[in-house]
Amino acid sequence: MRTKRIVTDVFIYIFLAGLCVIWLVPFFWLFMQSFRAEPGQFIETFFPKNYTLDNYIRLFTETNVINFARMFVNTFVIAVCTCILSTFFVLSVSYCTSRLRFSFRRPYMNMALVLNLFPGFMSMIAVYFILKALGLTEGDMIPIALIIVFSAGAGTQFYVMKGYMDTIPKALDEAASLDGCTKWQIFTKITLPLSKPMIVYQVVTSFMIPWIDFIFARIIVRAEAKYYTVSIGLWSMLEREYVWDWYTRFCAGAVLVSIPVAILFMVTQRFYREAMSGSVKG
Amino acid sequence: MSKLEKTVSMKGRFLQRPSVGLLSAVCNGGGVVWASLIVMGLGNIVSGQIIKGALFLLVELLFLAFFLGPEGGAYQISRLPGLGERLQGEVWNEDKGIFEYTEGDRSQLILLYGIAWLCIAVLFLVLWRGSVISGYKALRMKREGERPNSFAEDIRSLFDGNIHRLLMALPTAFLLVFTVLPLIYMMSMAFTDFSRENDKLVLFDWVGFDNFISIFNSNSAVGKQFWSVLGWTLVWAFFATFLNFFLGTLLAMLINRTSIKLKGAWRTVLATTIAVPQFVSLMVIRSMVQPQGIVNRLLASWGLISSPLPFLTDATWARVLVIVINLWIGIPYTILQVTGVLNNIPKEQYDAAKVDGASPFRTFTNVTMPHMMFVLTPYLITQFTGNINNFNVIYLLTRGEPIYVGNSAGATDLLITWLYKLSVDQQKYNLAAVVGIFTFVVLSVVALVTYNNSKSYKNEEGFK
Repeated sequence: MRTKRIVTDVFIYIFLAGLCVIWLVPFFWLFMQSFRAEPGQFIETFFPKNYTLDNYIRLFTETNVINFARMFVNTFVIAVCTCILSTFFVLSVSYCTSRLRFSFRRPYMNMALVLNLFPGFMSMIAVYFILKALGLTEGDMIPIALIIVFSAGAGTQFYVMKGYMDTIPKALDEAASLDGCTKWQIFTKITLPLSKPMIVYQVVTSFMIPWIDFIFARIIVRAEAKYYTVSIGLWSMLEREYVWDWYTRFCAGAVLVSIPVAILFMVTQRFYREAMSGSVKG
Repeated sequence: MSKLEKTVSMKGRFLQRPSVGLLSAVCNGGGVVWASLIVMGLGNIVSGQIIKGALFLLVELLFLAFFLGPEGGAYQISRLPGLGERLQGEVWNEDKGIFEYTEGDRSQLILLYGIAWLCIAVLFLVLWRGSVISGYKALRMKREGERPNSFAEDIRSLFDGNIHRLLMALPTAFLLVFTVLPLIYMMSMAFTDFSRENDKLVLFDWVGFDNFISIFNSNSAVGKQFWSVLGWTLVWAFFATFLNFFLGTLLAMLINRTSIKLKGAWRTVLATTIAVPQFVSLMVIRSMVQPQGIVNRLLASWGLISSPLPFLTDATWARVLVIVINLWIGIPYTILQVTGVLNNIPKEQYDAAKVDGASPFRTFTNVTMPHMMFVLTPYLITQFTGNINNFNVIYLLTRGEPIYVGNSAGATDLLITWLYKLSVDQQKYNLAAVVGIFTFVVLSVVALVTYNNSKSYKNEEGFK
């Protein structure tokens, strides 16, 4: 019996180890490619023949064709604004739907549910026309258009936060209300502090959107290279006319974007798990 | 009055007065209420709420000015049925010796402005209804010897009893302008001939249900593609959802075995595919499986194949490829989701199964599975609808390829990627809109039925 169990365990370990290798090989390959000295997309061997740091250096120093440094700054600014705006939206809506009862609450929640089923870009062309009619698709207004597009949907993304606020005991609100607190004070002094882990999760997830989206950004920014975000930049490095020169630098850029995003994800997961286990015990 | 008494008395007042509708306000109200049907805010002004009433009146005047003014709302709405007919013209200017262009109509803008103004008009009607009711209430309070709220009190109540109005205003406004309005706009395109076909990009007309008929008709060229794309979308969603679920569950249970060490580490390693942005990981895979990509090169150099494997050029290969790669992306999600549920299954049930001498397989089918299905059915359904809309995996990996000559949809195109190509690349906005509406109707029916029957929704109040 015991030997049988040990044999099964060994098999499981081998299986899991094999699986992990399969899981990581593409990323490892990408990482190795970013140090490759030879240009071009396709090579004969798994490992590069010569290693270099040039790809990373040239990514930031050669700025005449694809200005990666500026894309990084663009994306960072857009991400900060998006993050502030959409966190505010999500907190407002989830507080209202969780703690208050008002007549358009249920209709609003159902509407949000249905709207969430649309991937946003389904009406992307229409959004573009609207932004154009508002004069937001030219020149320096483009970043503002992107911020609006990335945060406009936040009003429907409140379900997780609302679920969390639902676990904060109502008795706290009632006690505060009897002590003379207004609803605004309850929101800012009780609900928000108690939702801290979930707010961190929300802040980080909304901060990541501009870094990983390429569909919206491509439609709004179009050919205005000055306002490219990181993901459009990486995408355009793989276009036919650039790919020979830029493939290894694409790999370097992909590594640079993936590492912070992956770290942020791992950090937030901890907060998310913490948040899911409830706010105030008892 | 102490705070407590105040709350109690306010609650009492609230109970006596059920909410008032427009009809009852008009029926029970007198001349002033009737007059306020035309002059908004009159009821409020008469009963002492001067600022509030004046604001209502100001909004009404502004609305009327913009609605009836030149090129205003009424004009824009009146152009909706025709969608414009003036073509851009050239006029020879003798004095300057050049051609001057006269501005033509652009149906697309006429449609957008018309719909936007319709929405503004509807919002105004809602406000109008609110103003009449508010005026009626104020008048009634005054008649009964109470003092209606002053403007300062109204503002203060925005931070207390009416805080939802303050907090919900901005998110809702954004939602209406940048999500709902575009959606209505897109849907209305389905009833026009707005398309690059027949050169209808500038001026187009209403065509009723023609687009729906040609898409659902399986004999027309576009209809044939629609049904084949729909078929593959459903097949894809089924495999993507259930393979992910079963393999992910299996893996989660392996990791969850009591004798396995380093549980967290295994899960973290597998979660890398969630953590790395999809456009990076999928584009890497795409370049790996190209005909001269590293996978084919390595297989050839080991002597396993003589010609490159047709990962992206053969329909069946491409379809299997996207399902397999989707496992790579999707299984970690299932593991994260399932692990929590597995840990919540009562240990006693397993002990009882052991005492009864059940085999591990029987334990799985009779204890683990029923519990998981109970908890995870909503999750599975959202996964299914999510996979129908899984744009990233298809578009980044295969771009819908292989595409056969003469088709606008490739063998791996889902409805959603086909829609994207139809509108962004091929500019057949009318067909794209039909596909969008179809997807939307199916998904929203599934979702609303599921959620409204789910335990957590029905029992929302019961939790606390």
